[in-house]
Amino acid sequence: MREIAFRQALNEAMSEEMRTDKNIYLMGEEVAEYNGAYKVSKGMLDEFGPERVIDSPISELGFAGIAVGASMNGLRPIVEFMTWNFAILAADQIINHAAKMLQMSGGQFNCPIVFRGGNGTAGQLAATHSQSFEQMYSHIPGLKVITPSNPYDAKGLLKSAIRDNDPVLFMESEKMYGDKGEVPEEEYLIPIGKANIVKEGTDCTIVTFGKILKVAQAAAEEMEKEGHSIEVIDLRTIRPMDVESIVNSVKKTNRLVVVEESFPFGSISTEITYNVQKHAFDYLDAPVRRVTQSDTPFPFSPTLLEEAAPNVKNVIRAIKEVMYL
Amino acid sequence: MAAKTKYSKKTYIDWYKMMLLARRFEEKCGHLYVQQKFGGFCHLYIGQEAILAGLMSGIEKDDKVVSAYRCHVQPMALGTDPKRIMAELYGKTTGVVKGKGGSMHMFDKEVGYFGGHGIVGGQIGLGAGIGFAEKYKGTKNVCLCFMGDGATRQGMLHEVFNMSMLWKIPTIFIVENNRYSMGTSVERTTNVHDLSKLGLSYDMPSETVDGMDPEAVTDAFKKWAKHCRAGKGPVLLNVETYRYKGHSMSDPQKYRTKDEVEKMKKEDPIEQVLSIIRKNKFMTEKQIEQVEADVKQEVAECVKFAEDSPLPNAETDLHEDVYTQEDYPFIIE
Ligand SMILES: Cc1ncc(C[n+]2csc(CCOP(=O)(O)OP(=O)(O)O)c2C)c(N)n1
Ligand SMILES: [Mg+2]
Repeated sequence: MREIAFRQALNEAMSEEMRTDKNIYLMGEEVAEYNGAYKVSKGMLDEFGPERVIDSPISELGFAGIAVGASMNGLRPIVEFMTWNFAILAADQIINHAAKMLQMSGGQFNCPIVFRGGNGTAGQLAATHSQSFEQMYSHIPGLKVITPSNPYDAKGLLKSAIRDNDPVLFMESEKMYGDKGEVPEEEYLIPIGKANIVKEGTDCTIVTFGKILKVAQAAAEEMEKEGHSIEVIDLRTIRPMDVESIVNSVKKTNRLVVVEESFPFGSISTEITYNVQKHAFDYLDAPVRRVTQSDTPFPFSPTLLEEAAPNVKNVIRAIKEVMYL
Repeated sequence: MAAKTKYSKKTYIDWYKMMLLARRFEEKCGHLYVQQKFGGFCHLYIGQEAILAGLMSGIEKDDKVVSAYRCHVQPMALGTDPKRIMAELYGKTTGVVKGKGGSMHMFDKEVGYFGGHGIVGGQIGLGAGIGFAEKYKGTKNVCLCFMGDGATRQGMLHEVFNMSMLWKIPTIFIVENNRYSMGTSVERTTNVHDLSKLGLSYDMPSETVDGMDPEAVTDAFKKWAKHCRAGKGPVLLNVETYRYKGHSMSDPQKYRTKDEVEKMKKEDPIEQVLSIIRKNKFMTEKQIEQVEADVKQEVAECVKFAEDSPLPNAETDLHEDVYTQEDYPFIIE
């Protein structure tokens, strides 16, 4: 099968959908003439023209508001945020408007929008440029939140997101855009709300999502070398969460480690842990452990950064703890 | 002596009926609220009714309207059944948004009313987006985007004014300038007291309109809708109006004098319409009395309809309309 980069997979998803539906447009900072800050939209201006691939000024709140209004009036916007850190300026439109519109209008106005962009740490960019927002937006009823971990998933999930009639937040990573992976030429979709069992195992479950999946996989491999069988689950969609897949896995392995990039307080791991104690309390052989970012704003210096982010060493330590090794 | 008017006898009679209905409807809402017949906030439109004339006669059927939370009567001027507005205030299933939004969130897609919105200034972005979609689809429709004088102080306005001019979005941004944002006068929020100047740094055409005069409002909507339809981009209208009542129902109004309110009431938009009707003998005194009686009757029917309507069912309706996805797996503990 051919291999393409993550950014190309996203580009294909948007372009294919835009070819079939004229009501889809892409707007964001630098998406058109500059071909995207991370080159995700490369060539799209040439194919679709300036009416549909639109460079916006640095006005996150404003162009998010325009997207919400346009979606109420028949369009299907794709909004690119240079990163999700900057989308905080648009949070009012996402949380107070897009998420509420269908309910507050008694079912009259839905908002079929995809908000997408880079999320999480991208190296030494320090505190304001290194945050993950799955937990913040998954908290909000009315939104759906997706974080893909590889090019194949990225394409199939983004196509589903664009076709979805509810607002979908799609969280990518500057660190993943260059990742290569197998993506078939033929069209396919990946359903929203279903987790992916990346690797089956019997001794311990790791649940994770997004680019940090690689860290979890590396830790699982190390453990395999020592003769332990680790199951790795990639959530793919954060909201709605595929609780069933997590619970079924824990019922089999009896042990759980959650690995995520965000801060620990009130995070996705908190939600997962709640569900596991509720649905699989009697199956647990050890308390659930999690590996998250440190409970500090993300630092700059390499020594601090290494300690602040989930790393293979931390994940292995957590696995060993739940396995009493 | 007959008074000069560009607008027909029928237009004047329609205006009078609608504006009086709006006035009596809102007065009734005030009474019902005090009697605790319904909860939530309750922002009345009383004093600002000239703008309804503009909605009735200044725009076309396929044009779109979006507004803030002072939104009980605007949709009526576009054709929404007042019964469904009253039912919404009561939180009933027969309400315009099925009891999901209440006083601040009236929506009626049928008549092109894209909502009452409760986040001050949030709808400025929506109004630009609604207009953007019209242009994108290649229609000649325009969007009327209402906001209060207080809302003009949001950053959203500046982002959206800039982009709307850049992309020639067919939206008329209308400041319903009733001089106060809750208890804060325009003068206490800015050094630039003339709000029509807000578009200047974006080269946005703008005009100040006498918002107590139904003809002036209608003229302005017509003129600038034509401008938008011709592809010339957005407009800012500073419509100078006045609210006679408090900001909401719990406002002691210490920030203004009774004299000021009484002075503004002398320019009452409904009185202006009535005076022209009388001077031109568009209606007899008997007919005028009949309108008052009919309106009273209609408002009473609205209340009866609302009170007789069912409340939503907590089991079946709570999770409805949150997602379009029918089988969305809600967390239910
Ligand atoms: C973002 C936001 N901030 C504050 C409020 C609380 N609030 C509701 S109405 C209002 C005053 C707005 O005044 P104006 O825009 O002039 O409209 P008017 O009430 O006069 O029609 C305020 C501060 C809010 N709803 N939203
Ligand atoms: Mg005001």
